[in-house]
Amino acid sequence: MSAQQMTAQLKSEARLTRPDDIYQVLIDAHRDLTPEQSQAFNSRLVLLLANHIGDDEVIAESVEAARKGL
Amino acid sequence: MSEGTAATDFTYQPSPDQSAATPVRHPVVIIGAGPVGLAAALDLAQRGRKVVVLDDDNTVSTGSRAICWSKRALEIMDRLSVGDALVEKGVTWQKGKVFFGEEQLYAFDLLPEEGHRMPAFINLQQYHFEAFTVREVLKHPEIDLRWNNRLVGVDNREDGVTLTIETPDGEYSLVADYMLAADGARSATRRLLGLDFKGQIFKDRFLIADVIMKADFPTERWFWFDPPFNKGQSALLHKQPDDVWRIDLQLGWDADPEEERKPENVIPRLKAMLGNDVDFELEWVSVYTFQCRRLEKFRHGRIFFIGDSAHQVSPFGARGANSGLQDIDNLAWKLDLVLDGKAPESLLASYHDERAFAADENILNSTRSTDFITPKSDASRAFRDAVLDLARDHGFARRLVNSGRLSLPSTYSDSGLNSPDSPGFIGAMIPGAPCVDAPVTLDGKDTWLLHHLGGDFCALYFARETETAESLAQLRDNLAALEMPVKLVAVFPPGTTAPAGALTDRDHLADARYDSRPGTFYLIRPDQHVTARWRQADPQAIRGALQRALGKGPASAEADAEKEGTAA
Repeated sequence: MSAQQMTAQLKSEARLTRPDDIYQVLIDAHRDLTPEQSQAFNSRLVLLLANHIGDDEVIAESVEAARKGL
Repeated sequence: MSEGTAATDFTYQPSPDQSAATPVRHPVVIIGAGPVGLAAALDLAQRGRKVVVLDDDNTVSTGSRAICWSKRALEIMDRLSVGDALVEKGVTWQKGKVFFGEEQLYAFDLLPEEGHRMPAFINLQQYHFEAFTVREVLKHPEIDLRWNNRLVGVDNREDGVTLTIETPDGEYSLVADYMLAADGARSATRRLLGLDFKGQIFKDRFLIADVIMKADFPTERWFWFDPPFNKGQSALLHKQPDDVWRIDLQLGWDADPEEERKPENVIPRLKAMLGNDVDFELEWVSVYTFQCRRLEKFRHGRIFFIGDSAHQVSPFGARGANSGLQDIDNLAWKLDLVLDGKAPESLLASYHDERAFAADENILNSTRSTDFITPKSDASRAFRDAVLDLARDHGFARRLVNSGRLSLPSTYSDSGLNSPDSPGFIGAMIPGAPCVDAPVTLDGKDTWLLHHLGGDFCALYFARETETAESLAQLRDNLAALEMPVKLVAVFPPGTTAPAGALTDRDHLADARYDSRPGTFYLIRPDQHVTARWRQADPQAIRGALQRALGKGPASAEADAEKEGTAA
């Protein structure tokens, strides 16, 4: 699959109106959490967002993009 | 063992074969009188085939073992005349609860669809299943059931299989045209042929206990993740007949199976789960590991592997015995036609193609359940627990909770026996799909569609309103005159007058489930799987589809050509 096809579904351009606020919301959510709790939080968040997106293609491309370089 | 059921202990009787000067030849020999071997014998006997069944023991199974029988398995057993006895004795259930830690996360109701003769699931101990099936087997003079006959040698040749069998009176030999290995997870046949399973063994141990107790727990499947009485592990409670309850407790990989099996260790675990004031008695205890694996090939020349000898899955999901029954459903009619010379050997090749496909589907589902129940990495456990935590408040997460996806029959969508689907159909009844039931009437009396599909090639024909008794009779004669007789099952919409012998679609459910229009025509295999369908039946298309379904299609011909010159 070419890079162009890969990004056919997953939107990579900036979509957040207030990106710095959202970034801070994500970081703040981890405040006072142990590493285990942070992992629990991230897992829940991923599941909630994946369900909200509800598109197999987008989720598969997100997984691919997130795995890149790991 | 409870009373009031069929016999459970049987007597070894020497067969005249044991004193024959030369090994006696039989068309079909089945190894193993478990659910799958017995059902295979019944299916072949109903088709008029003589079969010999050998079992290394002389009782039904010890312990409940397989307990959950799915609708499709019950429909197959209904075709074999045992369905009613199973359902009557079994516990029909549809509700369940899922717990996480101390608390109940949610309750569910499978809400089985109305308009099926058989329930979605029943729970019934394997020993009852076997006892009822043996009772039916004993009615068939075609079945020669030999207890205490242990297979100790196999010679699988191109012209037949020679079996060496050990009995209380010593060894003897038999020759079989075909041999069905229904000898279970520890198959002697597999061992004697030196065949290995391919797949995965899960590093975890489970304690399985059958407990007899008068408890007022409801008839529900209760599943616990990380319960207080079994910290960090899982547990299952499910009801069987005769006040017997199935309990599964995950122990972890470090548990010592010998120690854990001892009543002095089992009873405190059960008391912690059930409470101190519940009186119970242990009926059976076992410790097992999960395995999700299968043989690479289900057919080796004249030997067919059916049931657990061919494939193994974890027990959560009821895919073991249920898929074994689907194996025999798939194989019996093919073997019968080949033995009769009405279909080529290539039809037998489709057994592996279709059932290995089904086994892979079962293994996939079973592996996913096992990964959810026993997460093997920190990330996997974090996601699992996240699903459970979210399931409390979020409906979507309940769909992700996987304590066993209950068994559904496979649709053989890629089978070489299928004809290409016709355009314009919607719904599940594509070529390769197992037919679903529907309530119908015959001459004003309530009956069920699957009863009329039976165990032969059928044409399910949704009649046009202009159809008359004469035109139907003409169609019936034409179908009966095909190279393989096809039985006409004509269905008329409610409110019309169906000619004698035709069915009426009482609640429009056959119409809905088969996406019918007047004139819609399904060609159905003897195992009640769709093999072709059309909006308008065309005699030439029907003949072609029948040829394919008999293994005479282009794909099979190619496969035969490839095989030429190679050993079976």
